[in-house]
Amino acid sequence: MSATDPSILAKSAMLSRLRDAKPQAMAKENLRYPVWQDNDKQLQQQRFMAGLSANHAEVICISSLAIADTIEKVLINQQCKHVILGSACDHTACDNVSYACRKGEFYPQILEGTRDINVLVFDTDVDEIKSTLFNDIDAGITHSLAGIADTGTLVLWPDRAEPRTLSLIPPCHIALIKRSAIVSNFAELMAEKAWQQQMPTNIVLISGPSKTADIQQTLAYGAHGPRQLVVILIEDM
Amino acid sequence: MSHSSAGPEHFHAQARSALGDPQLRQNFRGAMDYLQDKRKSAFFDPVEEAQLRDLSAAIRQRCLSKLPQLLEQLEANCTRNGIEVHWAENDKEANDIIASIAQRHNAKSIVKGKSMVSEEIELNHEMAKLGIECLESDMGEYIVQLDGDKPSHIIMPAIHKNKQEVSDTFALHLDDFEPTVDVDELIQTGRSHLRQKFHDADIGLSGVNFAVAETGTLCLVENEGNGRMCTTVPKVHIAITGIEKVVEFLADVPPLFNVLTRSATGQAVTTYFNMISSPRKNGELDGPLEVHLVLLDNGRSQAYQDEEMRKTLQCIRCGACMNHCPVYTRVGGHAYGTVYPGPIGQIISPHIMGLEKTKDLVTASSLCGACGEVCPVRIPIPEMLQRLRTHAKNPPKADIMPLKGQASGASTLESWVMKGFVLAATSPKIYHSATWSLSKLNAFMPNHIGPWTQCRTSPKPADKTLHQLIKIRHKKKSDKP
Repeated sequence: MSATDPSILAKSAMLSRLRDAKPQAMAKENLRYPVWQDNDKQLQQQRFMAGLSANHAEVICISSLAIADTIEKVLINQQCKHVILGSACDHTACDNVSYACRKGEFYPQILEGTRDINVLVFDTDVDEIKSTLFNDIDAGITHSLAGIADTGTLVLWPDRAEPRTLSLIPPCHIALIKRSAIVSNFAELMAEKAWQQQMPTNIVLISGPSKTADIQQTLAYGAHGPRQLVVILIEDM
Repeated sequence: MSHSSAGPEHFHAQARSALGDPQLRQNFRGAMDYLQDKRKSAFFDPVEEAQLRDLSAAIRQRCLSKLPQLLEQLEANCTRNGIEVHWAENDKEANDIIASIAQRHNAKSIVKGKSMVSEEIELNHEMAKLGIECLESDMGEYIVQLDGDKPSHIIMPAIHKNKQEVSDTFALHLDDFEPTVDVDELIQTGRSHLRQKFHDADIGLSGVNFAVAETGTLCLVENEGNGRMCTTVPKVHIAITGIEKVVEFLADVPPLFNVLTRSATGQAVTTYFNMISSPRKNGELDGPLEVHLVLLDNGRSQAYQDEEMRKTLQCIRCGACMNHCPVYTRVGGHAYGTVYPGPIGQIISPHIMGLEKTKDLVTASSLCGACGEVCPVRIPIPEMLQRLRTHAKNPPKADIMPLKGQASGASTLESWVMKGFVLAATSPKIYHSATWSLSKLNAFMPNHIGPWTQCRTSPKPADKTLHQLIKIRHKKKSDKP
């Protein structure tokens, strides 16, 4: 960029106008953030499930022994013939933030549950599988990093192991989450894990299947993202 | 039917025509009742609501108070993360920046998530001139674009249409569409038409709900997933935002996100909350290879100069003020002729476009205060409308920065009448003789005096002035035995 770059000129003009302005008297900010909080694990789980169900997601609560069977049943129910998975996780990203849920943790069970159908592993540049991903895949399966009980929200931290489009392009998204990964609220999750110190490329909060009410305030699901969100909640505590 | 308008300078005519359109009024009435109910149930606890709004207002004020520093911090952190930051003074500069990115990539198509700032700079129109197609992918925006129309609401762009009208639009523009009023089928039609576009687009463009200075993170709030598509699938992602959207800390985001969704559509949370901090990193398999952030001024730094007007910039674009405005509910968004309609539009637009064009807009309010009562960041909209009305009529005072187009609504007749009134009201002799002659001449008062008598009877001065009446009353009292 040269010194006469319009963007640089605009920047200095904009900033100098802003700096010329008088400082403003401000309201005090020792204010409380009134947010839902509960340490009772049972209540957290109920609220998490209720929030997701209210937003049209299917929540299935199981023990870790039933993962393979459950996935098999879900795939039959959703009439999925082609699924896409992430690749095994190297755990570095997860270890850094010491989350309860590790990506790839349940791949052995997922592979067992999908043994009778076509499985594509997302381990190459998206360009190589883009058309397949858009046109042929029925479901994407991901782990979840955390769950927010207050609003019934899954937290995904996509990376090389589980890319961003895995939970976006296929019409069905199946997400696994461990009970121990559920926290009370969004603010608490950010603060506890000190997100501000290490933001990844992308974090996405998901609270149901894609929807819109743009036509006459009538709620319709499957606008652009997944039409179905199936959450498999694994009781690990 | 297209409802597009010619601009805010034609507000009166546009409002009149909207008021005469029963279908449009019914569509808006239904939608606003629905959104008001939804907000009311989302904030069921008034104590919690008050706390949240106080907190959100305080966060926005703090961030604005440090705006220049935060913008520089945002730029530094975005750059460190690999996001390229551009600064634009006005619509032309913003379009030039986007055009040059597009041309560098030989891009022929841009697929867009929802962005009011892109409407503000008329991006679609400007890119079309260069042979670059911009496609709106938010369902409401897509419908509006097919119609050659403009959004009439900042959250629900096609709110002025009912499902029959959407079906008519699709039937007119989409080849293989069988007319239907089944909303699911209509949405699936939109979905299937847009899927291939996401797949093929060279560039994805989005707005920004919050830009976090501390981490260089762009936050996007949405329900449909089209925002995620636009910011993930194409090789290049361009985000555009007004400079006021910056927040200081990541921790500022949860409360603002909370009040935004509950105020806008009454949702506890939206389907997606997307936090983007960098382009695709080494080894990652998807996501854009380039991310650009365009910071637009376009009149915002003018609003910032004035302590009171600065509060305009606290806005988080939830649309609650328009959902609760009796004027917006009746005339709809297009009548305003501005990108941002309703109460918030009435106080933003004068800064973007100047008061010459927008002087009628600031009068389009009953000052009932509903907008101020629902604003999640406590912008005193009614007070600011009154202030802008004064600015539209009067030249600037010495100690206050003049507003673009200040005093353009001044009328010589009006100012002489006011001066005359001041003179009469402050000099007893003139006052008494004037009221006395009015009370004598009341028989000559015309029955029609311009617009005043359109829906009122002509005022008739009383036979006796107040002073005369009081004198008589005193006399009667003293006459009594």
